[in-house]
Amino acid sequence: MEAFAYVAAFLIAGILFLAFILTLAKWIRPNRPNVEKLSTYESGEAPMGNANIRFNPRFYLIALMFVLFEIELIFLFPWASVFHHPDLEKASPVWSSYALVEMFIFIGILALGLALAWVKGYLNWEKPIAPSLPNDSPIPDQAYQKIRDKYVSK
Amino acid sequence: MELITTVFIAKAIIVGVVFAITLGVAAYSTYFERKIAAFMQDRIGPDRAGPFGILQPLADAVKMFMKEDFIPANSNKWLFIAGPCLSMLTALMTSAVVPFGDSVTIGGATFDLQGIDVNIGILWVFGIVSLGVYGIMIGGWASNNKFALLGAIRAASQNISYELAMGMAIITILMITGSLSTKEIVEVQQNGHWNIFYQPLGFIIFIICAFAECNRTPFDLPECETELIGGYHTEYSSMKLGFYLFAEYINMFISGAVMATLYFGGYDYPGVDFVTQQFGSNVASFVGVGALIGKSLGFVFVFMWVRWTIPRFRYDQLMNLGWTGLIPLAMYNVVVTGFGILVGKPFMVSIAGLVLLIAALFVYDQLLVKKKIA
Amino acid sequence: MEISNIWYFLSALTLLSALMVIMSKNPIHSVLYLVFTFFCISAHYVLLNAQFLMAVNIIVYAGAIMVLFLFVIMMFDLKKNIPESKSSLTKLAGSVVAGTLLVILIAIVRKNNIPAPLGDKFNSQTGMVENLGQVLYGEFLLPFELVSILFFVAMVGAVLLGKREAGERNF
Repeated sequence: MEAFAYVAAFLIAGILFLAFILTLAKWIRPNRPNVEKLSTYESGEAPMGNANIRFNPRFYLIALMFVLFEIELIFLFPWASVFHHPDLEKASPVWSSYALVEMFIFIGILALGLALAWVKGYLNWEKPIAPSLPNDSPIPDQAYQKIRDKYVSK
Repeated sequence: MELITTVFIAKAIIVGVVFAITLGVAAYSTYFERKIAAFMQDRIGPDRAGPFGILQPLADAVKMFMKEDFIPANSNKWLFIAGPCLSMLTALMTSAVVPFGDSVTIGGATFDLQGIDVNIGILWVFGIVSLGVYGIMIGGWASNNKFALLGAIRAASQNISYELAMGMAIITILMITGSLSTKEIVEVQQNGHWNIFYQPLGFIIFIICAFAECNRTPFDLPECETELIGGYHTEYSSMKLGFYLFAEYINMFISGAVMATLYFGGYDYPGVDFVTQQFGSNVASFVGVGALIGKSLGFVFVFMWVRWTIPRFRYDQLMNLGWTGLIPLAMYNVVVTGFGILVGKPFMVSIAGLVLLIAALFVYDQLLVKKKIA
Repeated sequence: MEISNIWYFLSALTLLSALMVIMSKNPIHSVLYLVFTFFCISAHYVLLNAQFLMAVNIIVYAGAIMVLFLFVIMMFDLKKNIPESKSSLTKLAGSVVAGTLLVILIAIVRKNNIPAPLGDKFNSQTGMVENLGQVLYGEFLLPFELVSILFFVAMVGAVLLGKREAGERNF
């Protein structure tokens, strides 16, 4: 347990180090802000609208699945440390096989969940469909198609 | 009481040295990154600051200090500052549990060359890695910039997806060693019984996940400049930007050290017994520290090599690789390792598992993928 | 330093940060205070020598569930969602409910005499991961396997939640 006192020491040392660097930087750097500098950067254009955009709910789904799998992992950690434990092996010779089978069932059910999400296509990231642009060039479409066919078949 | 004070001072020195090593290596990684990039692209690279440009990291640091730092008017000021600090702090905290070397005896007292030896060492690493998303997410959100927010969300999703496969790769290591302590994991591997021989597949999974966790190419989508300007650090400047960049290099070095600890025997090197006999155990320990740092630097080189070799993934490819590639592969690896330990021949079974996997992929490729194209 | 002093300090810190969770106006600040609260609770686990639980608390609560919370909060448009001030009737109803809950809790604590820690039976190694594993995978095998079914159900739920409607446009 004393080791965690050093964890605290490490943490405090880290925070002090960061605070020191930031303060030092604050003292020696110039500070001349103006409205243009402080505006949000959007590739040089004037910023438009709110930055709180709606992002793909798929990110949220990923986070949900992550929580479930993370808890599964947490169950695996104590298992990995007792599986094939010499004392337990001595107590009952079938312990390792027993532990292995119980974990296979556990992982199997979770793999089923993953397989479900996979088969249903929820893990597939949606690909943007490129809009078909009008072809103004004098070269006909068939010419391009010919080249495509030639190289795809290879 | 006196002994306790001595131990405390020794620990304080070790904490300081661990910090110094981590920061120093990270600083010089920036220089080597540029030199290696230059070498691979047939350029010269930085050569102005000092001989061969070796003072370049110092020049960069001075630049970081001297640049004007502005906090965008629409941002959330405190969180904007907290973001890079959290990133840096999480990067620094991991080095605490890496066993840098065996114990050293000075004046009758024995010191372990390790920041902290806790019996959940590897879980500590895993926990800190899982906290790594906060720095990026908070920084990206607090900037109040669309690109920064998108970069932050991408980074967070990527990190959490790859964390799962990484955790499962760690579990197979635990099954072999039966302990969560990093020190014991290294001790089991002494005399050439490195885990890489028993866990080739686990190592491949782990190193891919390490690339993704460090946001390095080919998984550097959070800062993909063609799509997102600067990604989550678009609005950052001066020292705060420096923290983000520096945290990436620290993460690289630490993940190299963790990989060396888990798979390459930590501070083990060929000929430990010979050195111990000839020069005593203290010298052998210090050579071990060198061996560990050398291995970590080797991994840092691999990180850079890959960066200048492989192009960036697309986001859907990245997510597919994580969820439908690495996680099932890691599950398979757990199963194979379990069988191997049960049978009592972990080496043979792991190789057999790898061969089986490659054969299955080959058959799949021949039967299904070819048919689809035809 | 006495270990009980550390305990008092940590408990005060925990309560303070927990209070800040409900008192801060910005939901992102709330989440961060909550993360800090979990860290304080982890430190309590360290004092109990339950190191595995400490790591689990950090990994699952601070590292996974709070990330999910952050995702959800970042999906809202915070500028539009400032809660309007409640009417006095709502405030009254809220305080009545909270007060009743407080009375019940105090009554429970007073009625129950909490057993003193068993000094001689205390085993400092109970919280170690090996002991936890032995109990979990030996004695409590069935609940453990049932947990996996629970996860499966939760995963199906999550998958259905993520169902996409046609014509939706997001980034």
